[in-house]
Amino acid sequence: MLNDKRLRFIVGHYASGKTEFSINYAIKLVEMGKKVALVDLDVVNLYFRSREKKEFLEKLGIKVIASSVNASAVDIPAISAEVFTPMQDTSYEAVIDVGGDPDGARALGRYKDYIVEGDYDMFYVLNANRPETQTAEKAVEYLRKIEDTARARVTGLINNTHMLKSTTVEDVLKGQEVALEVSKMTNIPIKYISVIEKIAKDLPDNLEGEVFPITLYMREDWMI
Amino acid sequence: MTKVLMRGNEAIGAAAIEAGCKYFFGYPITPQSELPEYMARELPKIGGIFLQAESEIAAINMVYGASGAGARVMTSSSSPGISLKQEGISYIAGAELPCLIVNIMRGGPGLGSIQPSQTDYFQATRGGGNGDYRVVVLAPSNIQELVDLVIEGFDIADQYRNPVMILGDGMIGQMMEPVEFKKPKPRDLPKKDWATTGTKGKRKPNIINSLYLEAEELEEHNKKLQAKYQAIKENEVKVESYNIENADVVIAAYGTTARIAKTAISQLEKEGYKVGLIRPITLWPYPYDEFEKINDKCKGILTVEMNTGQMVDDVKIAVKGKYPVHFYGRTGGMVPTPGEIVEKVKEIYGGEI
Repeated sequence: MLNDKRLRFIVGHYASGKTEFSINYAIKLVEMGKKVALVDLDVVNLYFRSREKKEFLEKLGIKVIASSVNASAVDIPAISAEVFTPMQDTSYEAVIDVGGDPDGARALGRYKDYIVEGDYDMFYVLNANRPETQTAEKAVEYLRKIEDTARARVTGLINNTHMLKSTTVEDVLKGQEVALEVSKMTNIPIKYISVIEKIAKDLPDNLEGEVFPITLYMREDWMI
Repeated sequence: MTKVLMRGNEAIGAAAIEAGCKYFFGYPITPQSELPEYMARELPKIGGIFLQAESEIAAINMVYGASGAGARVMTSSSSPGISLKQEGISYIAGAELPCLIVNIMRGGPGLGSIQPSQTDYFQATRGGGNGDYRVVVLAPSNIQELVDLVIEGFDIADQYRNPVMILGDGMIGQMMEPVEFKKPKPRDLPKKDWATTGTKGKRKPNIINSLYLEAEELEEHNKKLQAKYQAIKENEVKVESYNIENADVVIAAYGTTARIAKTAISQLEKEGYKVGLIRPITLWPYPYDEFEKINDKCKGILTVEMNTGQMVDDVKIAVKGKYPVHFYGRTGGMVPTPGEIVEKVKEIYGGEI
């Protein structure tokens, strides 16, 4: 994680699990003693956005930057000017949670000047249990469309294939096959295998990519 | 078919296409816009038509037209948009046309908010349009049930020539869960020999209409509608219940709120409380009879909703004064927590297990 670039953009297909990964990643960074900013650039989703966890994350010492309009139920694509802070202030380690699909990635265009080849990482979150990214061909198509809109290249893949709280090792391994195929087709390495804690230890240890155990912060007790 | 992860709104679209729906007319509104987006992308691939109308009123009247021509057709919206459609829904019910209408409810009244609510219970079950008509109202509690009810909903609509409404709160539209697509139990569906498909010179024209110029005729039409509603009441009630034979307190809740109530019940059981659940799946026809099965020693019924107590009336009708009826609700887009329901149940217990 510490070898990742200072600016980490998290992109992917709609509802692939970007927000859960972003939150977990930011928490791990702050636990390592880093100065962390989590930027919620999601102008596509209206429910289950990382800004809903703002209070919890700020208690942990993470700076959360989201809409310039301070209301949980805002339905307008208003992004705070404060997003520039972690882009410009190099003392920050930044995790930028981008909205789903090419539509969501459009918000990145504004920050083109800061997305300099070699200075950033852009992680593509892949969930092979989502109908639109079940095959490598479809997943690559999405990846390329997001790159085109974002005007930036993906630097790493994250296999985040899950079935929520009932994820099995088989789900992860099925996703790993798709991710390997995507990796072969695009020459982009698999950086992480993001998986709920309880099954992380059951994964075989020869997989490409670092196993990244996550806690589901966005799922309430009563959700499956 | 293997399970896939889908968000509620997308799952509605996929289920509708699975059910043979080829026409969607609508107008975007949060929190259901993923559904028209999905249909805009997917319907052209199967030779269907997605059309974004200029307004909700236009959309529901396009549904009237397509259904009159015999098509499987649907529309969807969220609370304020559904209010706009009421006139069309009354016309559709009057003309006896089958269709599926999806309402992914948000906070109200007026524009309210984009967050989840269940504040359209009255509108859905009592009818927001004019006249003595009824709409079958299905209230799914998870995404799999949502898919199953969308598929079956089209069949119910065709069987009775009546609009069917899927009533989901914003959570149901936005939440992601595993789903698979299964065939519903087959129904003996009548042929659509009433549809305006062209006479080809071989029969008298079919006329789709809700206007009657003779009082006697309109009264006859109303009697026919009432007989149909009676048949729906007898055949189509759906309900899930849990432990009502032994419970000291029974919770009545539907949709997302019922899910939260289930979590509260399992917490209460660990502490020794005996709590049951009645979860209406059809809000009209309402499962009144299920409440007759509640044991005599029950201390009271707790209705939980994301509104200020709209289902309480039906619960009171169902229990006929036999048990006190309590209420707990949140509004404005706030979702009750299991802990809040636990506290309320303990209050009804009055400190004694």
